Amino acid sequence: MKIAFTLNGAAVETDAHPGARLVDVLRMLGLMGTKYGCGTGECGACVVLVDGKPMNSCLILAPHIEGHEVITIEGIGTPLNPHPIQEEFVKAGAVQCGFCTPGMILAAYALLMNTPDPTQEEIVSALDGNLCRCTGYVKIVEAVHAAARRLRGDIDDES
Amino acid sequence: MPPHEDYAETLMMSRNTHIVGKRVDKIDSLGLATGRAYFTDDIYIHDMLHARLLTSPIAHARISHLDTASAECVPGVVHILTHENVPHIPYTTAGQGFPEPSPYDTILLDSKVRYIGDIVAVVAAETEEAAEEGIRKINVEYGPLPAVFDPEDALAPGAPIIHDEEYAKAVIPVPYHPECNMAADVYFSVGPVEQIWDESSLQFDHAYSIHRASHCAIERHTVIAYLDPDGRLIIRSSTQVPFHARRIVAHVLEEPVHRIRVIKPRIGGGFGGKQEIILEPLAGLISLRTERPVRLGMTRNEVFTTSRTRHPQRLRLRSVVDPGGVVSMLDLDTVLDTGANGSHALTVATNTGSKVLPLVNKVKAVRFRARTAYTNLPPSGAYRGYGATQGAFPLNVQMDVMADALKIDVLDLWRKNRIQTGESSPVFEALGEGTEGVSMEIRSCGLDTCISRGAEAIGWKSKRRKRSDDRFARGVGMAALMQGSSIPRIDMAAASLKLNDDGSVNLLVGATDLGTGSDTILAQIAAESLTIPLRKVIVYSSDTDITPFDTGAYASSTTYLSGEAVRRASEDLSRNLKRVAAEMINEPIAALRLKDGHVAGNERSVSFSAIALRSLYQESQEQLCGNASAYSEQSPPPFAAHFSEVEVDRETGVITVISYVAAVDCGVAINPSLAEGQTEGAVINGIGYALFEEYLMDPNGRMRNDSFVGYRIPSIRDLPAMKTILVPTYEPTGPYGAKSISEISINGPVPAISNAVFDATGVRLYHAPFTADRVWKALSAT
Repeated sequence: MKIAFTLNGAAVETDAHPGARLVDVLRMLGLMGTKYGCGTGECGACVVLVDGKPMNSCLILAPHIEGHEVITIEGIGTPLNPHPIQEEFVKAGAVQCGFCTPGMILAAYALLMNTPDPTQEEIVSALDGNLCRCTGYVKIVEAVHAAARRLRGDIDDES
Repeated sequence: MPPHEDYAETLMMSRNTHIVGKRVDKIDSLGLATGRAYFTDDIYIHDMLHARLLTSPIAHARISHLDTASAECVPGVVHILTHENVPHIPYTTAGQGFPEPSPYDTILLDSKVRYIGDIVAVVAAETEEAAEEGIRKINVEYGPLPAVFDPEDALAPGAPIIHDEEYAKAVIPVPYHPECNMAADVYFSVGPVEQIWDESSLQFDHAYSIHRASHCAIERHTVIAYLDPDGRLIIRSSTQVPFHARRIVAHVLEEPVHRIRVIKPRIGGGFGGKQEIILEPLAGLISLRTERPVRLGMTRNEVFTTSRTRHPQRLRLRSVVDPGGVVSMLDLDTVLDTGANGSHALTVATNTGSKVLPLVNKVKAVRFRARTAYTNLPPSGAYRGYGATQGAFPLNVQMDVMADALKIDVLDLWRKNRIQTGESSPVFEALGEGTEGVSMEIRSCGLDTCISRGAEAIGWKSKRRKRSDDRFARGVGMAALMQGSSIPRIDMAAASLKLNDDGSVNLLVGATDLGTGSDTILAQIAAESLTIPLRKVIVYSSDTDITPFDTGAYASSTTYLSGEAVRRASEDLSRNLKRVAAEMINEPIAALRLKDGHVAGNERSVSFSAIALRSLYQESQEQLCGNASAYSEQSPPPFAAHFSEVEVDRETGVITVISYVAAVDCGVAINPSLAEGQTEGAVINGIGYALFEEYLMDPNGRMRNDSFVGYRIPSIRDLPAMKTILVPTYEPTGPYGAKSISEISINGPVPAISNAVFDATGVRLYHAPFTADRVWKALSAT
């Protein structure tokens, strides 16, 4: 079936099996930054933003995305023009293997869009659905705090 | 300011390095953070098949009948592998050097299944759905055999024999007795153990157990295999050991090594779990048979049950301490459960002693016995910590028990007995990796400082022994730890450098970055040696066609050994740079030195770029290169002291880790941010292991919780107040003074939390994990 939705700001129309999951649709479109870690919504590696909300794309069937707005990790920054959150993850050492990182960054992005000055508990709540086995989360928390400060303009944008 | 920002400064002053010791950004992290880096599964090859596994639902059985006719009729199914159509070449999946210390007790697909999750067949189809449908349509009849799930039962006479096949054999001369389910048997004894025991009045004898666990890398095990235009087999794999993978696939498929290429792209975590060669030969065989690309990955459930796990152990530690606080005897006896295959059965056993017992080094006698049993449970294998995690538990709890009996501070007991610089241990010589060990003198040891600084950071003096009867009881506990840095006389690493027009270099290494940051560490070492900026080092790692050999990412070897190879390769390139520069500036080579990307003499200097342009285009043209290998005679241990503060809810048994301090001596930290990251990740993994990560098995040997819902791993919510202290020492045998960091810190939480719970409640926890029900029962028993 044909599915039309907004992907990273552009209108797309694609063919998808009605039983296909959003993660598969995105990856078939060549957006490989959305990772597949468990397939059951437990790890958060496939998190994308649907209408601004972080959602596990392995739990969304393709037809449900019709008419909605999807943002993937590729949509918020590039290697030459990264988003400040991506830069702060790099600077803080919050990226080890990087497999959980796209989902983690999108969860942080959704948090900071609505909550520019999050408390520790708000960060924990926002990222609780994203599992990371490498970092122990310490530097991820640091990165989110640093990104929040920077997005608020508390410190100079160095880019 | 992050904790211990001053570390880099201290180091810069003392060693005068320009990049080593600095918190530079991990070189691949922006590509990862923007979702552009490609993992194994992130390519799509035209015409690619999708393959799925059929695994055994029965713990021990012979396949009496296997019919694939219906499956072959499923539209889209292209090829099916079963035991009837694959080569039967004995091997081990362990992914070790050659010859392996693990027994050859595996063939690609067997007519016998030995655990629930054992691979029975592989179906390759045009789509994943067709492959799944094909799996469902395979008709297998099993002739069940009696199964054994307890390692001690397995070793008892009359137990069902799991490896009764003729092919099971050890390929190095070590005790191996599959006829009584004995996958490994290790013993050594130094000094009059029983005499000291009999003559002492301060004897301690406790039994411990520690459990199975899954690595839970967020990227599942995945392989894509395809043929290149010449028909060579290309295997793109999430592996820690690309060169071992090439050798083992060649062996199993009876193909020459030169017909196989293994490529490791970005890897989504390994932790030992991706040292195993499980999927590579299966995918490779399908690709060779069909001449099509094929993608084979494990589901998350399969990662739990069909990949590998930590070896559970039942340990008994007898120890003697004299009234003055000197531990005079240690006698550690352990039984390991290796599950249905003997992957790492011997070497995890030896490491349980060799990476733990030397910590207490004033003993007059020390004995170690380890027996590894086959059972009909998911196979064990390499897992970060590799036996040291298991052995550190009894040693550290027993030190705490002994200190309590002597009414002295356990920190003082450690200070009095710990190994130190200049000392050796008989254990180093006695316990190797399948062979005798290597005698070794400790050249760097910051353990004493780790203890002092860690104790100060946790608030040891003010928090220790403040036991109360309140419902929420708080306490602090500690653990002293060691690991190794590479396997001496076994591991090797190599590196190549080539100089480009602009004075940049390509660094080619076999070393395998699993997400640890080793590409960055190795680039820092090259940049340091060559006096160039980090951005001028272009790293390419782990491709058997292109990079030099490396045994792989295991045994905490990459920084220490691959780093040394890079340092030596840089020296080699430096020599070539100086040779050409000497001609250009007409000064003797002996007068030349490298400085800021130039070769400088007494009078003049010339840039690497000018040297490159001349040597590539202008005169006596040649490609300037540097090549070197490194091999180690030693495995210098990193040391650590871990401290945890816990709160125990006496009514529910729930333990909350309030704060955690890891003070680690990894020699010179080449990159303190990455060293902290390794430590923090290992600690949180260890806390999950201590408190809730556990395989729940049903009576038939089936894992009941094979998902992230059932098998919970720590989330950001489980993060305590965490502090990492890097205690600088200088290891003279390591590159720029470095030792290893990656494994050691997973060993701390189990004993440190057990000891903290005792401090809080007076109740000892000898059996991990410390789940609420177990803790509640232990509290109720007093």
